[in-house]
Amino acid sequence: MNAARTSAARAATTHAGESSTYDGPVLELENIGKSYGNVHALRGVNITVRQGEVTCVLGDNGAGKSTLIKIVAGLHEYSEGTMKLRGIVRQFGSPRVAQAFGIATVYQDLALAPLMSVWRNFFLANEIRKGPFLDIPTMKRICAEELTKMGIVIPDLDRAVGSLSGGQRQVVAIARAIYFGARVIILDEPTAALGVKQSGVVLKYIAKARDAGLGVIFITHNPHHAYLVGNHFVVLKLGHVALDAHRDELTLEQLTAEMAGGQELAELSHELRSVHPEKVVLPHDAPGGIEAPELDPNELAGMEDV
Amino acid sequence: MTTVTATPTDDRVATRSATATIMGRPEVGALIGAVAVAVLFLLVAPAFRSVGNIGTILYGSSTIGIMAVAVALLMIGGEFDLSAGVAVTTSGLAAAHLAWFFSLNVWVGIVFALVLSLGVGAFNGWLLHVTGLPSFLVTLGTFFVLQGVNLALTRVVAGGVSSNSLNDLDGFDSAKAVFASSFQLGSVEIKVPIIFWAALTVIGAIVLLRTHYGSWIFSAGGDSAAARAVGVPVTGTKIALFMGVGFCAWILGMHNLFNYNNVQSGAGVGNEFIYIISAVIGGCLLTGGYGSVVGATVGSLIFGMTQLGIFYAGWDPDWFKTFLGVMLIAATLVNLYVKRKADAR
Repeated sequence: MNAARTSAARAATTHAGESSTYDGPVLELENIGKSYGNVHALRGVNITVRQGEVTCVLGDNGAGKSTLIKIVAGLHEYSEGTMKLRGIVRQFGSPRVAQAFGIATVYQDLALAPLMSVWRNFFLANEIRKGPFLDIPTMKRICAEELTKMGIVIPDLDRAVGSLSGGQRQVVAIARAIYFGARVIILDEPTAALGVKQSGVVLKYIAKARDAGLGVIFITHNPHHAYLVGNHFVVLKLGHVALDAHRDELTLEQLTAEMAGGQELAELSHELRSVHPEKVVLPHDAPGGIEAPELDPNELAGMEDV
Repeated sequence: MTTVTATPTDDRVATRSATATIMGRPEVGALIGAVAVAVLFLLVAPAFRSVGNIGTILYGSSTIGIMAVAVALLMIGGEFDLSAGVAVTTSGLAAAHLAWFFSLNVWVGIVFALVLSLGVGAFNGWLLHVTGLPSFLVTLGTFFVLQGVNLALTRVVAGGVSSNSLNDLDGFDSAKAVFASSFQLGSVEIKVPIIFWAALTVIGAIVLLRTHYGSWIFSAGGDSAAARAVGVPVTGTKIALFMGVGFCAWILGMHNLFNYNNVQSGAGVGNEFIYIISAVIGGCLLTGGYGSVVGATVGSLIFGMTQLGIFYAGWDPDWFKTFLGVMLIAATLVNLYVKRKADAR
């Protein structure tokens, strides 16, 4: 085993005051609240994350999903309630601390430095060292292996991350978090920017992370994606928990309806009825109010050849 | 409906050729520029061709390069330090005034200057962190503060515009030996700052490319929010980079002090731009996250060669600044062009 793995494993085993035989939920949020001045972004949120399960957190824009992950990831401190990691109340002062306790996060905005090479990004803040120096061959090898497991092949790991496609970048970020995430991995809308095939790959890897015994927090606004992999569903609405249900207690239809806001969707469909979705209109050829620019003969020259 | 039996392999990204990889290095533009400048002056300035003058050219380059290395690292980390030029003077003055005023061993002054220089760097980094202002603004402030302090305190302590001579104080000879001595290497005279410059370049390049601190620096400049989110101590990294500039300012300040035996209180103004230009010619992006220490060193060499080349060619040295400006824009364009070419391959 390499240095990084053992250090991650060290973080995963015991910290001060933790018992090594703890078998309750890995992360418990009780009545968590967060206010920014007079704005209550989150209020009274209860979430329980167990290892070996996928907990989906759903919500529309502005529901408080981002605030929630930022608290768990150590970017923000909560202002109400308690967060327990393996039964012990914690308040993470920085992402580094959260990471040391085995919480890895993949952010919506990817959290990769665009001008840095793929392997440097992969091992950022978790570099493998040989004495004081980087062990570059080992890092490149592991990076290539992990990315291959994720189903993408990047022939040149020295390539800047900025030159990869959005999907590839997402996969690099997820592969990194899975590789270093010891207990809990938070995925912030990992499928939002991806095509169908790559979403499928990501969902498969969410399941793999679960099989590896990680507690997965999957943030999404897509109930279909959530229902494909989720064990437990929490729907946030305006900073509150609107639904908290296990897979057994819920169908996809119920989840979709809850997500779309049931009543609101009914109102919306009523409103949209007046636009006649079945209608097809004739192409528009009547002259509009604005004339197209007149080109002089020089500009038109050469157009005929094409 | 037909079924696809084998997924075609993704052949859209080919491996890059060795030339493309080399051309993609940030310091290529600077190397091309250095060769061009060397050829130009080899042709027009006969004195430039003499081997003995290599030492002089390297010495001139080293007084820029010592700072350019630290400034390049800082720029890769995404920040500027406009106080870097006067910080050199501040360091020299601090050592001179303290040792002279209390008639102490000069080494006491030297240590005090080191602490002060590191302190100024740390203060810049800290102020940047707590205010959240751009470093351009914060260090512009420190630039004026230091400039004023240099002039005013020198007037108070030494009653003029230069520090008093230290050569009758204890420790002067040993300090001069450390910071301002020289030795012969064949027919080339090597002054000690050249050694400092070379050592700093090697250390800087190794830190940047071969240690985890290098990754932290690149990421702090490339996307500090992303770096912080994965656990890079961005604030600490930036403060350390500012302190690195302070450290280099101390080395150069001590050299200036013991080489000329005193320091002019108004010196150093404007040099910060020469350091920044060297770093930019060396491939550093103004936006951070990309660049090279070796490139900055080559950039300094270009300046050293130009400064003396203009003199050896018998041109009016007033043209130096004009040359500087042309060089900056040309090098930036070459860097851009080379980078685009390399990326396209």
